[in-house]
Amino acid sequence: MQDESTERAKEAQPIILYNGEMVRPSIIRARQATFISPGILAIITLLALPCISLFAVAFMTRGQYGEILFEPTFGNIRRLFGFGFFGWSADNLLILWRSVVVAFVTTALCIALSYPLAFFLAARPAKTRLLWLTVLLIPFWTNLVIRTYAWLLVFDSDMPFARIMAWLGLMEPGTSAYPSQFAVYVGMVSVFLPFVALPIYTAVEKLDWSIVEAAVDLYSNKWRVFRHAILPQTLPGLSVGITLTFVPAMGMFVVPDMLGGARYMLIGNLIQQQFGTSRDWPFGAALSLVLMILTLGALMATGGRRKKGRA
Amino acid sequence: MKRCSIGSSIGSIAIFIFLYLPMLSVAIFSFNASKMGLKWGGFSTEWYGRLVQNETILNAAWNTLVLAVCSTFISTIIGTMLAIGMFRFPWSRRAMGKLNLLLHLPVVTPDIIFAVALVIAFSVIRYLTGLFELGMASMIVGHVTFQISFVALAVKGRLELIGHDVEEAACDLYAGYWRVLTKVLLPMLMPGIVAGAMLAFTLSLDDFVISFFTAGPKSGTLPLFIYASVKRGITPEIHALSTIIMVATICTVALMQKLTPDAKH
Repeated sequence: MQDESTERAKEAQPIILYNGEMVRPSIIRARQATFISPGILAIITLLALPCISLFAVAFMTRGQYGEILFEPTFGNIRRLFGFGFFGWSADNLLILWRSVVVAFVTTALCIALSYPLAFFLAARPAKTRLLWLTVLLIPFWTNLVIRTYAWLLVFDSDMPFARIMAWLGLMEPGTSAYPSQFAVYVGMVSVFLPFVALPIYTAVEKLDWSIVEAAVDLYSNKWRVFRHAILPQTLPGLSVGITLTFVPAMGMFVVPDMLGGARYMLIGNLIQQQFGTSRDWPFGAALSLVLMILTLGALMATGGRRKKGRA
Repeated sequence: MKRCSIGSSIGSIAIFIFLYLPMLSVAIFSFNASKMGLKWGGFSTEWYGRLVQNETILNAAWNTLVLAVCSTFISTIIGTMLAIGMFRFPWSRRAMGKLNLLLHLPVVTPDIIFAVALVIAFSVIRYLTGLFELGMASMIVGHVTFQISFVALAVKGRLELIGHDVEEAACDLYAGYWRVLTKVLLPMLMPGIVAGAMLAFTLSLDDFVISFFTAGPKSGTLPLFIYASVKRGITPEIHALSTIIMVATICTVALMQKLTPDAKH
């Protein structure tokens, strides 16, 4: 009986031509579900759902031994805005503000360095250009910890940099140039420079030089040539570069941890602390939530600009 | 008209020096004979010899390699399947939008939020099933999760490039679906799959944050080892280890450029 009905259901289904093959739609549906399910399931269960669960965890209480108690509270959010056990302090807000500022300045410095680099790369003859690009890609692929560690070595008190600075009177003799704000910026810029330089290079390579020449012929000064002839053409690459730098720079914790020390914490370090030594997951979740919202804001801002740039 | 001013050239050379100077000084000091401080004490390869005798480092190197190979293998299969499933089958526009969002999620999520999400997911799984202590298995799962999208995006590019014609021809010649998949589609996708796998492999070697959050007591990788040792001070052994890793990176990047000549960026 049942066989008959399924048999009839099969007959009722039309056979269609898809991608050169005669199949029933149900078979195509089964195939596409099989193909995507492992990947999509992994992304949903291990990334999307936990990210959504941050909203819940951020409003729970930390138990005495770092376990999560299912008692709803606004304590973590209040603490985020500085209302702790000992009255109001601006520490957490300051760290948040500093993360945004560091990400912003890093992105700006990277852009300023990327333009000359992009023009230099685009002007190389075709034969050696791939070699130059590889030279730029190698630091990009080198492990972050090793690159940051390398700066520790350069900034050490025995190395020329610290000695020259001490000789100029800018630093105490015999001290290292880290931990300091300066060291954090140097580390950040060297990490993120390829992320900006490569998309800008791609845009500069496709640049329509006749527009630039027209601007020069019409007696534009250098700034106006850049502002009106070069910048609009490289805007797509620029906005990709900004997204690729600003978003990860806000959450960066290796560089400020190694080069900045405890006095120069960013939100990434604070989150790491909550999930590490402090074992305060609810507060960590609240901080992650803030970082997530900042990330979404940055993505939407650059995404909107990109659409405008195309129009 | 000159397309690159002298100022730009000088600036660019300075930028390259800025990028390479730290790495170069690590390489130079890995051959320094003096143990303490950064005074030059003559040429020596002693520290490279010491590395081979250090059990912790050998163990960490082994872990790094196992992690990268296993996660690349798994994510290449899952990522290729995902790309074929998404871009070779009919989807409604709404479903496609959602799938695209999920596909790009691992790419845009900052490392640290990714790591926090994984830690939460693992602890929920552990709470529900009692399995899954943090260790090599959890690290492999974590790396696979972020590699899938990169592999799928690399394969997607290739899928769009090759079009449907050859598959349709194979179907016309009475090849079954399995045969079309294994004998026609996969061989044609191979350059994309290889590029995706190499990308996944380098991403795994390069990762620090996700390993840092999901590692167990015995599954530390080389970057984790270096990070922990730096906290105790710089030693010549770390210089030597970093130099080896940098040389390995240079070789991998050169190999990648050779194998995928069209991947300029």
